[in-house]
Amino acid sequence: MREIKLSLKEPFIPPLDCSVINTDNFYQNSLEEIKALKIWRGNREVSLEDVFSIHEENISEQGDIKIYIEGDLSKARRIGQGMSFGEIIIKGNYGLYLGAHMKGGKITVYGDCGSWVGVEMEGGFIEVKGNVGDYLASSYRGTTKGMKGGTILVNGNCGVEACGWMSGGIVKVMGNSGIFPGIHMKGGIIYVKGDCAGRAGANMIAGRVIINGKVDDILPSFKIEEVRGSVKVGDEKIEGPFYVFVGDLSDEGDGRLFVHVNNNPHLKKYEEYIP
Amino acid sequence: MELIIKNGIVYDPLNGVKGEAMDIYVKDGKIVEKADGSKAQVIDATNMLVLPGGVDMHTHFAGPKVNLARMLRPEDHYKDPQRKRGVRRCGTGYSIPSVFTTGYWYAEMGFTLAFEAANPPLKMMHVQDELNDTPLIDKGAYPVFGNNWYVMESLSKGKIEECAAYIAWVLSAIKGYAIKVVDPGSVEEWKWGKGQIGDMDKQVENFGITPKEIVRGLAKVAKLLNLPHHLHIHTNMLGNPGNSEVTLETMKAVKDLVTNGELLIHMAHLQFHSYGGKEKDWNSFRSGSEEIMKYINKNPYVSFDMGQIAFTDTTTMTADGPFEYNLYEITKNKWMNADIEFETGSGIVPIEYKRDNFVHSIMWAVGLELALLSKDLWRVALSTDHPNGAPLTFYPRVISWLMSKKARERVLKLIPSSARSKTLLGSIDREFNFEEIAIITRASPAKLLGLKEKGHLGIGADADIAIYDINPKALDPERDYRKIRKAFRFAKYTIKDGKIVYKDNEIIEHFIAKTYWVNPHIREDLYNYINSELERNFDKYYTVKISNYKIPEGYLVKSKRIDIITKL
Repeated sequence: MREIKLSLKEPFIPPLDCSVINTDNFYQNSLEEIKALKIWRGNREVSLEDVFSIHEENISEQGDIKIYIEGDLSKARRIGQGMSFGEIIIKGNYGLYLGAHMKGGKITVYGDCGSWVGVEMEGGFIEVKGNVGDYLASSYRGTTKGMKGGTILVNGNCGVEACGWMSGGIVKVMGNSGIFPGIHMKGGIIYVKGDCAGRAGANMIAGRVIINGKVDDILPSFKIEEVRGSVKVGDEKIEGPFYVFVGDLSDEGDGRLFVHVNNNPHLKKYEEYIP
Repeated sequence: MELIIKNGIVYDPLNGVKGEAMDIYVKDGKIVEKADGSKAQVIDATNMLVLPGGVDMHTHFAGPKVNLARMLRPEDHYKDPQRKRGVRRCGTGYSIPSVFTTGYWYAEMGFTLAFEAANPPLKMMHVQDELNDTPLIDKGAYPVFGNNWYVMESLSKGKIEECAAYIAWVLSAIKGYAIKVVDPGSVEEWKWGKGQIGDMDKQVENFGITPKEIVRGLAKVAKLLNLPHHLHIHTNMLGNPGNSEVTLETMKAVKDLVTNGELLIHMAHLQFHSYGGKEKDWNSFRSGSEEIMKYINKNPYVSFDMGQIAFTDTTTMTADGPFEYNLYEITKNKWMNADIEFETGSGIVPIEYKRDNFVHSIMWAVGLELALLSKDLWRVALSTDHPNGAPLTFYPRVISWLMSKKARERVLKLIPSSARSKTLLGSIDREFNFEEIAIITRASPAKLLGLKEKGHLGIGADADIAIYDINPKALDPERDYRKIRKAFRFAKYTIKDGKIVYKDNEIIEHFIAKTYWVNPHIREDLYNYINSELERNFDKYYTVKISNYKIPEGYLVKSKRIDIITKL
């Protein structure tokens, strides 16, 4: 097991492109090589050592690699991009594109994250202890391929358009969600434990959007199918009862939108339309 | 500046040079008989392939639709950023490269001339703006006329001369090069919500004219105006099963206009128009290349470019609005379309051609069949209809498929067997040699475009030369198709107007080359008549004034005017 600790030397203002900080890249390199890796700070290319103080500990033959990063990284981006194994632990707030295109391994953030967490992710596990920004587990600008697999757990709230174009995997948001969770969804599951700001599942074709809290309104292009006692999210069983809606019918979709019955008494009118 | 290219293995089909080791002398941007050895820069091209600069006669790289596609597809750019290096400016790829990148990529492949193939005259200012910024290649543009109200109205009244005068007026006002027709009549009909016209004898409702009459009329106009390039046509029903019948009908429609064995009609991206099967029945989709090529081989008034596809993620863009709408219905991809007022329509849809797709794999085979079945390569040009079939960077791949049966068979093995049985490609043994490749990428397109100083290395030709690091004598293209691909993708040297612009993976010079346009001279009374008619038309139908429509010659960074004496 290699443990590499990075701590920020001083706070920085320009954005920091950290796409070299991922386990695959560090595993192949010695400590000296890691220190010399080039990253972009604003429009200047600097070495990793200029920004972080770097230490290596616990070198043993067994196990893979763990990277600890400390400091206020809210201007950093692309940490863990494309990584396939090992673990990254970030203590502090973090910026954009956490674990983009990630294929495996684990990332934990003890703090808040910016937008594009797990963008186009293919596998692995991301846990964020705080809130995340917009476009959680979604596709990047223009593409129609969102998260394909893996799991994301957010302990706080998420912003708008979570799980856009998602086609597989599980996303759990323990707080509230902004508008448009599961937009253009083609598969996979998003579970929002708190409230949703609305327009859940717009343009979805398949997959599941589960809202445990309150949602003001259901899109008119969804029709009610049944009331179900519980729903499964991975191995976890969430107790209901839930209204189950099918949609988005404007896209001839067959996705399922689950909304908790007890937290949404204003949706009672739908019950008379249950076939 | 003088330049000597020593001892290269030269293929120059227009001058009958077939792989001879010889020296080429360049002086002041032209190829000359002899240069003064003491002052000249010498390139040792021993055991290297020397060809005239490549000519791409049908491509889409500048103008409003290309730019709209750039906006529609951010993902196309961030996956392929191009960094600044030396004089090379930054940009983006992949299927819709930015202006600078387009020029560099052509130069990298040894191409020195490209024609932008479909532009609404109204938007020509934008086209010229982008052409002005595309470096290292000569270029020009074909404005579209197939759904133009003035054209349809004058043709429906049988006023060929008036139509010809109008087109002459437009070509010289907006600096176009040839007459392009896109889906004649059909786009206009579709714009009124009436669906595509698949029958060449069905009338366009508002004008009482059939697509066949439009094609015939415009072929006559091209003859009347003595244009250097004949009628460039994208026929009706592009991409539909069974459209080979419409294609044949279009070609037959102008047959009786041939008087002197001249070329009359150029079928653009023929691959997209050569499918057998029943209309709207995608299961019956099959290759229709045999019927098409049988006709073209017998009738020397038809030329074509391939419109080959490759399996990649690309963007389709055309003035053929109805086709793009159909494609959107099939792919459910993002799309946009536009109505160009008086003149035409257009649409854009991104598409990913997949090897395991029944239809796409047949399309791939059809393009190659067309070239391989041709008996007269002087009427064939290589194209991928960039970016509709594949981005321009796929030309080397297409060349390798044409040169190596083994390379084709590798792909054939991977496509669905149901698709394989609907094509002929497996049974064709023909393999192009270097001379034939030089014809379809250089000599033939230059000849079809009527450019005498292009596509060859004879005395007086423009010094546009490509040198590739392969020895055609020592190489077996059948086996070494990967080497062919690599060599044609990155030339050793590219020489434009007598200057070395690209050498060993580096762009050495960045300059803007010529823009070709035609200036047909017509009788003064006709010109004045058209002017007064148009002033009325502009007030009634256009969103711009006639004075804002014209583009002055000084607007072009480097104008190359071709004055034409017409029959008017």
